[in-house]
Amino acid sequence: MSDDVRTDIAEAARSFGITPEDYMLPARHLIRIVDQDGKVLSTEEQGAEPGHDYPVPADEDLLEAYRRLVAGRRINDQNSALVRQGRMAVYPSSHGQEACQVAAAACLGEGDWLFPTYRDTVAVISRGVDPVEAMTIFRGDWHGGFDPRQHKVGIQSTPLTTQLLHAVGVAHAARLRGEDTVVVALCGDGATSEGDFHEALNFAAVFHLPVIFFVQNNQYAISVPLARQTVAPSLAHKAVGYGMAGERVDGNDLVALLAVLERGVRLVRGGAGPLLVEAHTYRIQAHTNADDATRYREDAEVQEWLAKDPVKRMRTYLTDRGLLTEELQSRYEQEAEDIAAALREGMNRESTPDPQDLFAHVYSVPTPQLAEQSAMLAEELSREEAS
Amino acid sequence: MSTTQNTDAGPRPGSAQTGPDTGEITVAVDAARESTTRAGGAGIPQPRPESPAAPVPAGPVTMAKALNAALADALSADAGVVVFGEDVGTLGGVFRITDGLAARFGTDRCFDTPLAESGIAGMSVGMAINGMRPVIEMQFDAFAYPAFEQIASHIAKMSNRTRGALPMPIVIRIPYAGGIGGVEHHCDSSEAYYAHTPGLKVVTPATVTDAYLLLRAAIDSDDPIVFMEPKKLYFSKDRVDLDALREQYESGASAGAGPRAALESGGAAVARTGTDATLIAYGPSVPTALAAAAAAAEEGRSLEVVDVRTIVPFDDATVSESVRRTGRAVVISEESGFASVASEIAARVQERCFHSLAAPVLRVTGFDIPYPAPKLEHHFLPGVDRILDAVDDLQWED
Repeated sequence: MSDDVRTDIAEAARSFGITPEDYMLPARHLIRIVDQDGKVLSTEEQGAEPGHDYPVPADEDLLEAYRRLVAGRRINDQNSALVRQGRMAVYPSSHGQEACQVAAAACLGEGDWLFPTYRDTVAVISRGVDPVEAMTIFRGDWHGGFDPRQHKVGIQSTPLTTQLLHAVGVAHAARLRGEDTVVVALCGDGATSEGDFHEALNFAAVFHLPVIFFVQNNQYAISVPLARQTVAPSLAHKAVGYGMAGERVDGNDLVALLAVLERGVRLVRGGAGPLLVEAHTYRIQAHTNADDATRYREDAEVQEWLAKDPVKRMRTYLTDRGLLTEELQSRYEQEAEDIAAALREGMNRESTPDPQDLFAHVYSVPTPQLAEQSAMLAEELSREEAS
Repeated sequence: MSTTQNTDAGPRPGSAQTGPDTGEITVAVDAARESTTRAGGAGIPQPRPESPAAPVPAGPVTMAKALNAALADALSADAGVVVFGEDVGTLGGVFRITDGLAARFGTDRCFDTPLAESGIAGMSVGMAINGMRPVIEMQFDAFAYPAFEQIASHIAKMSNRTRGALPMPIVIRIPYAGGIGGVEHHCDSSEAYYAHTPGLKVVTPATVTDAYLLLRAAIDSDDPIVFMEPKKLYFSKDRVDLDALREQYESGASAGAGPRAALESGGAAVARTGTDATLIAYGPSVPTALAAAAAAAEEGRSLEVVDVRTIVPFDDATVSESVRRTGRAVVISEESGFASVASEIAARVQERCFHSLAAPVLRVTGFDIPYPAPKLEHHFLPGVDRILDAVDDLQWED
């Protein structure tokens, strides 16, 4: 195989002093730097192997990521509350997955792109999108509330996995123009069964594109467990079939996530080809408010994962290292409260979308048929107003 | 069925049994060449009234060549245009529509992808997001179906979902329809799927000149356009000066009534004038309709032929004007008739022209069956006799 292996992979492997096969295969164990009690693991216990070792991010990066983690948890819980109060149609919460959400945005530079799913609102906000704009999709005003080009964040994709191909296209266009854009494309474990997962990974590998496919394996696709999606040794192992590298990481360990993803961004920006990263995490809440998770999983399992909570773990770790003071903690909590208050205020504000917007952006210029239909609706509305 | 080209457009002996993809495709190309040569021999398509007068005597040009020239000229005119799909690079496409483009413009501008239609369409979305104007090729009508989710859920809706922030200037080229003796899955008339999807425009040329001009305008449009190429007309010929066409298009000389306007508000064309009834057709059915009109003329009946050209946006004005004048209409298309584009056209005509109509609007379409095997396709396709029978049924005695 070594004779046929692509130069970029071979070079990446050589830089780590390992074989291309070892470069592409995920490390034998999950990469974990901080355990569920917030204690730093010894190097041997971190799951790293030669070529799969990860520098711990700088202190200020860890604190900044934690600040966003605290905010992310608050955003999730505020949004779920707003759904219960009837202010929003639906909210797929990433409660329990916030470390993945924060890391997905934190690893990117300003010119890079993020392609999220419907569950990745916290990642979208972490990337700098205004929380109220991000929530427009769930309030029901419109399908999307922010300008994707302004923030270099794709619209939150509901059709599963389709956004991975958009990430590939953005990366390819950037490459044709000679830009060093990195694209992170998010999806879940269920999405790896879709055909577009295969097509996107294969296209990215064949075109040697700087895309990181970041799979949040939260164990369930609505009700269907991972065992019904795949019997592969891990989702990360799928990478080798495409000729790209795969990584497995503890998705509730923000330190490990930042270490793996930041290293990944450096690698793919440097021309090592695409990367598949699988994060093991858990969807603590139901799929959405319309779902009843007690029908398909035991409470004991949820309790087990609650003990691995990413926020608590990171707080203990940073406190033990002396980086997080009580004062900082209070400040972060206050900032999170401010965001939650802005969300409440924004979502409670009455919004009345203009019915004529229905026809505005179907085509660059409304067709004669849409102009007719728009006039018909206008007449209906004026009659309603008159009566 | 004595005059239509469809009756004898069957495959060469044994062609339907060809196994591997490459062989099958070669047969399809050859069959297209054969059948359209015959169509050309029947004097189809006719030069139309609004065709520009060529400044110098121009040689015969095939529709395939005109499409190729349109792609090359668009690649020259705009550095954001990229052409990609299956076999479009080195080979130049199974129908040779992209012939020579990779060599001339480089493999960054015209390239082969892995064999995956959803991947091609999905990648085009990302490239459009990142400022490019992708022109993608689906190799055959029925092989475009894996791309349908990307087309319907993203390409068609992205501009709307983002309130115009992410327009999708994508052209999806699809060779479509039958009449070439192609094996199954190579002859579908799939236009209704796209026409039914808001956000897409659906365009189909029937002449060499329109093939050039409409494809140029489609590539320049900020809206996503499904550009449906009647594969049986790929090797039909017309005397066209491609340099003059390029100049005409790029100078915007035909602005207003030109191809860009056609894509904005609909651009049907009267392909043959007549007074007694209107035949409404598009793409592969236009030459058949013209042949029917010629045959009817010999019997003293004057049929007008309207070439729809832009299925979406539909040109209600031109179609209605014609039908109000003639008082009778037959809609012709190769697709299965139930819930078809032809059905939509018939409904629109009756809504708009009811008081001018002397008879119900009739449809002549394919049957409501899967596209038949090559030896039976001539029974399926609307031919001259079936069209003339429909015309005879337009209540002339009342």
